[in-house]
Amino acid sequence: MYSQGLIGADNRTEETPEFLARFQKRIDAEEKIEPKDEMPEGYRRTLVRQIGQHAHSEIVGMLPEGNWITRAPSLRRKAALLAKVQDEGGHGLYLYSAAETLGVSREEMTEELLSGKAKYSSIFNYPTLSWADMGTIGWLVDGAAIMNQIPLCRCSFGPYARAMIRVCKEESFHQRQGYEIVMTLAQGTPAQKAMAQDSLNRWWWPSLMMFGPHDADSQHSDQSMAWKIKRFTNDELRQKFIDATVPQAEFLGLTIPDPDLKWNEEKGGYDHGPIDWDEFWRVVKGHGPMAKDRIKARKKAWDDGAWVREAALAHAEKRRARKIAAE
Amino acid sequence: MAVYDALLELADDHLILGHRLSEWCGHAPMLEEDLAMPNMGLDLIGTARTLYDHAGKLEGKGRSEDDLAYLRDEREYRNCLLVERPNEDFAHTMLRQFYFAAFMRPFWLAALNSTDVVVRGVAGKAEKEMAYHIRHAGEWVIRLGDGTEESAARMRDAVEALHIYVDELFDSSDDARIAEAAGVLPRRADLRGAWDRTVAEVFSEALLEQPRAAYAQRGGRQGIHNETLGHLLAEMQVIHRAHPGARW
Repeated sequence: MYSQGLIGADNRTEETPEFLARFQKRIDAEEKIEPKDEMPEGYRRTLVRQIGQHAHSEIVGMLPEGNWITRAPSLRRKAALLAKVQDEGGHGLYLYSAAETLGVSREEMTEELLSGKAKYSSIFNYPTLSWADMGTIGWLVDGAAIMNQIPLCRCSFGPYARAMIRVCKEESFHQRQGYEIVMTLAQGTPAQKAMAQDSLNRWWWPSLMMFGPHDADSQHSDQSMAWKIKRFTNDELRQKFIDATVPQAEFLGLTIPDPDLKWNEEKGGYDHGPIDWDEFWRVVKGHGPMAKDRIKARKKAWDDGAWVREAALAHAEKRRARKIAAE
Repeated sequence: MAVYDALLELADDHLILGHRLSEWCGHAPMLEEDLAMPNMGLDLIGTARTLYDHAGKLEGKGRSEDDLAYLRDEREYRNCLLVERPNEDFAHTMLRQFYFAAFMRPFWLAALNSTDVVVRGVAGKAEKEMAYHIRHAGEWVIRLGDGTEESAARMRDAVEALHIYVDELFDSSDDARIAEAAGVLPRRADLRGAWDRTVAEVFSEALLEQPRAAYAQRGGRQGIHNETLGHLLAEMQVIHRAHPGARW
């Protein structure tokens, strides 16, 4: 899971115009940029930031869904949810590895996450309050993530693009699985259906916000588009997401919580009501309802696990020493 | 009904331990373990599901895997005490896993000759999984036992805390005895030698002593559990029980 609203990226770069032109020519020819290739500092910085945020989002994203593993209402759902959250951890692992090819270590990135310096997708700062949220997160949040991530499979940076191919396959499975959970609830008892509607009400707007600010207010889009790190604008992707999702909600008999939502024949897509950007910026700036708890949980896991990591290093060191002594 | 009850004991062991492992998901000491522990948990839950399904069919009252997992109280759960012990820390969790897998591997190897075709099928898959669990958890027992002062102390604490639950693994309930006599399940007491060898090998590398229990704790097979199991079940069963008859 990931939000394309890259937060606070600094695209500034100080190379010569000739160097930048040569680099741009490779990008325009759709060549993949590989870790050892020369690249503008701004390109490297943007990617480290973006891949890092993406990796952190996967790791923090394990928490809201992890919240329901021990309460999953059937063994089949329990196994599927456990496997799904494990997949998110796996995505985190590939992405940290992709970022490491740019010269930053997983430990450094982790420390930035825990200190609050590095950001992650704001969507995970909302609480999961019912079993239906396990369905809605798959359906909407993973659905929005896929809209963002499919184009990233063609990102100009090779390791990121390749990692995204596998990630997208798994996310697409998660999305269908989430939709199937919501469908089961929507066809279930009145209480289950109410649970599904309540969940849609709570996740709809935050999911639209995952695409980031409107294009007119998005500062970093232009350079990222030119470098083909990003292929579509925030508003284009948001529109695609809405157009794909509204019929799915109709099929389930659920109501999208937007009284202004209506089909616009002329543009061939849905018009939607105003997004609460005050809420968006509030959550981005760290005031999401679960923001403090998420970082606290990550910090606790990291701190409580320190003795394990130290022991593993110490043991490896002892083994190495014994091997040398035996030779 | 003895075979049904004996299969339930086995299924409960797997579900409860799988649930305990799943409690770690997202909170492990390192990302690799956030992947490894759910993996082992999934193996165990998968085995539990097949066994519940099979037990439900043998019982013949139309009870599904979910009826058996979600609608029994702690007095009706038949798991051994070892698997319900709380995670405590990573040392306890890995030692508990190692002890259990060191028992289940020879159990499933022997069950490859079961007279019950479903048990044979489970055994074929589970013995490979248990070999992996022994390797993974056993390597951690070694790393932590022969790591830092702190990790060695925590590992010794885990041994001290858990060794009193080991003997129960080798007890056969009256139901299990009947299943054993029918050749459905292996005789538990016969597996002691294999368990001792696996543990001795890892403990010698881990610089750990295998203590002899002054008094072994038992009771799980009769539904006499520690107080923690009720809380685990309350959490696990809450949504299922709040919506009687609902489909998920």
